[in-house]
Amino acid sequence: MSEFTVIRAGSAAGLPVPATPKNVPHRGGDANPSAEALKAQFGAAIRRVEVVWGETNVIVEMAKAHEIIQWLHGDPSQSYEYLSDVTAVEFRDRALPIEVIWHLRSLKFRRFLRVKALIEKGQPLVAPSVFDIYKGADWLERECYDMFGIRFEGHPDLRRILLWEQYAEGFPLRKDFPLRGRFSRAEQLRQALAANPEARYSMEELSVADAYADLPQDMRARIKGGESTGE
Amino acid sequence: MATKRTVEVELSTTGIGPDGKPQRIPLVAGGDGGVALQAPPGIEPDLEGEHMLINIGPQHPATHGVLRLVLELDGETVVRCIPHIGYLHCGFEKIGEYRQYNQIIPWTDRDDYLNCVGNNIAFALGAEKLFGIEVTPRCTVLRVIGMELSRIISHLVWMGTTCIDIGAYTPFLWSFQERENVYNLFEGWVGARLTTSASRVGGMAADIPDGWLDGLKAFVRTFPKTLDECDRVVTKNGIWVGRTVGIGVMSPEEAINYGLSGPMLRASGVDYDVRKDFPYLDYETYDFEVPVGVHGDVYDRYLVRMEEMRQSVRILEQAIARLPDGPVNVDDPRVILPPKHKATSEMESMIHHFKNVMEGPRPAPGEAYVAVEAPKGEKGYYMVSDGSAKPVRWRIRPPSYVNLSAIPKMVEGHLLSDVIAINASIDIVMGEIDR
Amino acid sequence: MGLTDAPAPGVVSLDAGQGDGWITTRLDFLVNWGRANSLWPMPFGTACCAIEFMASAASKFDLARFGMERMGFSPRQADVLICAGRVPFKLAPVLRRIWQQMPQPKWSISMGACASTGGMFDTYAVTQGIDTIIPVDVYVPGCPPRPEALIHAIMMLQKKVMKERMSATPRDEMVPDPASQLYIPPSRIDKLSEAFGNSVPQTRSGQ
Repeated sequence: MSEFTVIRAGSAAGLPVPATPKNVPHRGGDANPSAEALKAQFGAAIRRVEVVWGETNVIVEMAKAHEIIQWLHGDPSQSYEYLSDVTAVEFRDRALPIEVIWHLRSLKFRRFLRVKALIEKGQPLVAPSVFDIYKGADWLERECYDMFGIRFEGHPDLRRILLWEQYAEGFPLRKDFPLRGRFSRAEQLRQALAANPEARYSMEELSVADAYADLPQDMRARIKGGESTGE
Repeated sequence: MATKRTVEVELSTTGIGPDGKPQRIPLVAGGDGGVALQAPPGIEPDLEGEHMLINIGPQHPATHGVLRLVLELDGETVVRCIPHIGYLHCGFEKIGEYRQYNQIIPWTDRDDYLNCVGNNIAFALGAEKLFGIEVTPRCTVLRVIGMELSRIISHLVWMGTTCIDIGAYTPFLWSFQERENVYNLFEGWVGARLTTSASRVGGMAADIPDGWLDGLKAFVRTFPKTLDECDRVVTKNGIWVGRTVGIGVMSPEEAINYGLSGPMLRASGVDYDVRKDFPYLDYETYDFEVPVGVHGDVYDRYLVRMEEMRQSVRILEQAIARLPDGPVNVDDPRVILPPKHKATSEMESMIHHFKNVMEGPRPAPGEAYVAVEAPKGEKGYYMVSDGSAKPVRWRIRPPSYVNLSAIPKMVEGHLLSDVIAINASIDIVMGEIDR
Repeated sequence: MGLTDAPAPGVVSLDAGQGDGWITTRLDFLVNWGRANSLWPMPFGTACCAIEFMASAASKFDLARFGMERMGFSPRQADVLICAGRVPFKLAPVLRRIWQQMPQPKWSISMGACASTGGMFDTYAVTQGIDTIIPVDVYVPGCPPRPEALIHAIMMLQKKVMKERMSATPRDEMVPDPASQLYIPPSRIDKLSEAFGNSVPQTRSGQ
């Protein structure tokens, strides 16, 4: 069996030995050098750079976000090969824009960068998908869609992931969504119980529609009728 | 069909060859290299490309929770795997927006319930970043002890349940016996076995009681023996090796691109550990090694986890040796309740107590992302504050969620029985995945 | 449900028309004794409570002492559904299906605060107690309950099984209301699901 060559984090030359950060200021401090590089590379597409509690936020144009992340991933001087997280923030103050956030890490340079793009009030909730750059973005973006309703353009399979497909109450992490949901408990339970737990071999949910024709005749009939199996 | 794979199946009844032995007939699904043999008489050509859907879960002993896998099989080979999650979605992140920072800590117990103390401390680290608090030296060392103990018990559950999945029952009993020892330690420290809520913003729920360190020393002394016993029955066991070697391989580049973390990433040959590369709690001052695998298969993940437990014991030994005296909680009335006798006798302390309980501490507007090396991988808590006592957004970066998202990549092309081994090797915990 | 009092053991009834005869009570005792001491659990473990359930089954607490060492992960061969952990709405139909697949006679234990009442998860996604979905025999408090609490619950269930009588009406399968597919009236579900105490500060974001 073949052996892989070990990839070491922090392999770039001349890095200091990492240490636990102490007495980090609230605002200000040293920004991640990638922020300057981004400004030099993209100019006006980088709207703002701020350092909060020692973490560098780069606020970018939504239209350029994909290009910027692609550059951060691919450029050897940046090498942000690891996507930690994709998420969004909606503020209690509804006038503030919704932020779409990518947490990126460069293993080679031991850097952490937060890239933000803003969706202004009234604008459609759309963001570019980075699935073509990071495979790990698949479920993270689906979850963000499930919870906020933000559509990631270019994602091949953007469906609800934690809640079920027919969930009718909306997007739970939006600020207009009440903690206990929109419906009464009885109605929520009724809708949940109305689902047949095994009927969802359905082709559209499993996205095996192209395999459907290959299934045996009797199984096709069963699936089509939504009949449960194993009973 | 998406997959053009030539899979040989053995037909036992209809496919008897002229020599009386079962004939191997390639079920050819395409022209890319598959040898198109003439099917012998009696074999229906319909068999080509016949696929079967198999549903595992959400209630199944080998899915480690309420995971559901829908598998499309060609013979016994998995052609496609579609994981379904969300059966344990409880709205953690939503409820975090309705709770004060200290009130969120009980929720962190229950998101990754195998690593309760580690989560408590990780959350407290994030909140302290948001408040701009530096904890005391004693608290820092106590937190390291808590984190490493919970790493050990999390890996123990992993080992026990994985051994059951692959067919060994005894290591489960041994590992739960050791877990009971750690449960007793936690119970003596914070009063709960499993859902500990051990930390607070600015300190811990309690200092360790007298004599507690003796119990910890006894555990550190005896635990490696149990580990050696498990090592002896499992590591070179033929069944274990046969079912894990070469299964579910991820290359280092793939592992990074899929965002894997923790033992999953390190078994694939990526030397990345948050404790080493983005240290917290002064981990850089401890002497320990980060085990790295080079094959990226299930067996290497097992070896990495076993070695991590040994390294955790090393860290525990050093932490015991250096545990300083002094207060556990910071001296900051913004976040820490005053002692009870002061709250009832001094006006100022009473006001602090009242404000802390009724209104809750308020951090400055800002945001903080704190990642720690949890047993499953990089566990991140991302908190956004608008200056009120409750966060605007509390985001959990769940390591096993991202790790699980790579399962289709890992199982496709393997046999059905390997799915169980691969799924076990991810070390999923549904409370964290679904939140 | 078999909650009627059984006659004291050893009481011989001569009047066969009034109560149960000696034969039937003795037979009841024998059958119940057999059932109570060989309960086959079906662990429906979802969350933290499942870990404590595993601890109960492991060597220190050892459920086998109660005739429960045979964990039936198939509902077809199980007597007691132990629902350990929170049950979100997405899991509700699964839980009901598993309960329906279990053969009679069957019992259920709701282990932990979340399974019993929704616990701390008073959110949009969690059922507020599995008794809105299936009948529950024993509720175990705790978050999670200690193994001793689970063992106590099992012993309570054994006592309950010992009191069952064959002559009583057999325990019917619960039939849901055809229109709503609910087992208990919607108003009752809403009432059961109300938050405990003054929950206003708990549902207010901000401040």
